[in-house]
Amino acid sequence: MRPRGRGELDSLYFEYPRFAAPHRHSNAALERVPVAIVGAGPVGLVAALTLARSGVRSVVFEKKTTFNDGSRAICIARQSYHILDRLGVAEPFIRKSLGWTTGRSFYRGRLILEFEMPHGKDEKFFPMYNLQQQYIERFLWEAASARPEIEFRWASEAQDLRDIDNGVALRVADPGGAYEILADYVLAADGARSALREMRGLRLNGENLEGRYVIADLRMKHDYPTIRRALFDPPCNPGGTVLIHRQPDDIWRVDYQLKPGEDEQEALKENNVRAKVASILSDIAHDGEWELEWWSVYSANTLALDDYRSGRIFFIGDSAHIVPIFGVRGLNNGIADGENIGWKLARVIKGQAGPGLLDSYTPERRGATLDVFAKASKSARFMTPPSYGLKLMRDAALSLALSAPFAGAFANPRQMTPYDYRDSPLTERDDPSFEGGPAPGSVPPGVRLDDGTYLCDLLGEGFTVLHFGAPPSGIESFTRKMRDLDPVFRLVVIGAEGEDSGAIRFAGDPKGECAARFAATPGALYLIRPDMYVAGRWRDDLAGPAAALARILDRKEAA
Amino acid sequence: MTAMRFDDLEGVYELLGESIDRAGEEKAALFLAKLALLLANELEDPQTVRTAIETALRDL
Repeated sequence: MRPRGRGELDSLYFEYPRFAAPHRHSNAALERVPVAIVGAGPVGLVAALTLARSGVRSVVFEKKTTFNDGSRAICIARQSYHILDRLGVAEPFIRKSLGWTTGRSFYRGRLILEFEMPHGKDEKFFPMYNLQQQYIERFLWEAASARPEIEFRWASEAQDLRDIDNGVALRVADPGGAYEILADYVLAADGARSALREMRGLRLNGENLEGRYVIADLRMKHDYPTIRRALFDPPCNPGGTVLIHRQPDDIWRVDYQLKPGEDEQEALKENNVRAKVASILSDIAHDGEWELEWWSVYSANTLALDDYRSGRIFFIGDSAHIVPIFGVRGLNNGIADGENIGWKLARVIKGQAGPGLLDSYTPERRGATLDVFAKASKSARFMTPPSYGLKLMRDAALSLALSAPFAGAFANPRQMTPYDYRDSPLTERDDPSFEGGPAPGSVPPGVRLDDGTYLCDLLGEGFTVLHFGAPPSGIESFTRKMRDLDPVFRLVVIGAEGEDSGAIRFAGDPKGECAARFAATPGALYLIRPDMYVAGRWRDDLAGPAAALARILDRKEAA
Repeated sequence: MTAMRFDDLEGVYELLGESIDRAGEEKAALFLAKLALLLANELEDPQTVRTAIETALRDL
């Protein structure tokens, strides 16, 4: 909602573009595309860009003619920046967004906890960035519209779909009429109220958690660093919580909790929002001017599809899962969904992988959602305790934290641990002789190399094997074999010298820091997936990664 | 774990009663919850707390 007198897209700081409906010839032949993506939000565009990176074409259908109005997601996590970086689109995000590492929790106006998210010289990106979703969509759209593999069709609504042999027929309506288009696969990136989910007769299952929040964006000159503030039981919202985030362009996000039973319609009236925001600002000692940009109401839910796949349709982002905001995982998990299905689908479409590869999409990404549910439920139970006993213990912890610092840890939102794919069908059993280092299924640690670049910069577009120490004989035939399975495979040799080529890169490791972070001795091998997860690790065994890659790609004949 | 001497415990008993009165009826539960969390944090074994909780829940 916006203040009286301002239209839906009348932002204080953001120019919404207007996209024209596509020009179509009414007598055009029936089209067939490899991938139809329904929804031009961040998740759909990450999927489109991931496919395009492998040269796979997609058509993006969006029923609106501009970006999402108002403000939605604002926190982008490190893992998502790595995805944007792999897609070659991170630059405008880095320039515009505000990176941060610190959170502060207050109880009745007094600081009870200051927490630092894991960060250090080896990390290429901050643990978290704040950026309005409008910018996220604009930057992704700018990158995607420059790709010949991606076609946008705005003002184009998916109305119906049906399965056909080896594909899906999608009925699309635009101002020029309705038409049918055939796709080998469909990605449903059409958001929380997904029409495709409805058409498929699928339901999100889970629960609605306690607690409703009003979220409001305002513009003000306010001198406070980019630190997430959580106010528990503050004078401006007794018994409730308030969250405050800084965003670019002097925009600030406040989320404040409504009391149980408080009337939502009443709370959302402009005058009431203004009064509440004014009292929050007075609590944080802001006495300057401010303007209201936008507000909305939000309630915490943990809902997900039982299966993210229905035939040749894959659900990605909010169409597949709704998570509470406290974990800042809605957008971030959606972006990871887009990349996950993108790299898998590209390989299947290009005939480089068997269809079995796609079976790993639901377990991996639904697993990530369930992990968020567990963490976010914990957070939500602290932010908005659902019972007398939990509220009493929450208040006890907060009150105790004022004099006993250990209790402040309860107010830590724990939002930053990347999900682990150890239970994925793609993940190899670990070699127990490794003492430490990233286990199969986890995200490898960041490593800053001697020349100032990062280990992640050396990874290829496809699968990468890290080999520690001088390569053994047979490394050339190994690399050839891996390239037969994955034409963009790359071998990265760490701690030895040699000549770089397309397939092989060398990285010095004079102090052995990289080897130490991977608990690697000479001969250690790590197989890294295109989305930078560790698929498996071995010692002195070139046959290990070769067999694993064939298995992952569902290419039994090559094993 | 060794228990404290009974006359010390008797002193604690008195102090708890007085402190609950100081907190007042309305804040008594909050006070006791804080105290429980504080004492639990002093213990190494969560099982000690679980057993104590079960015992305390009996015969309410």
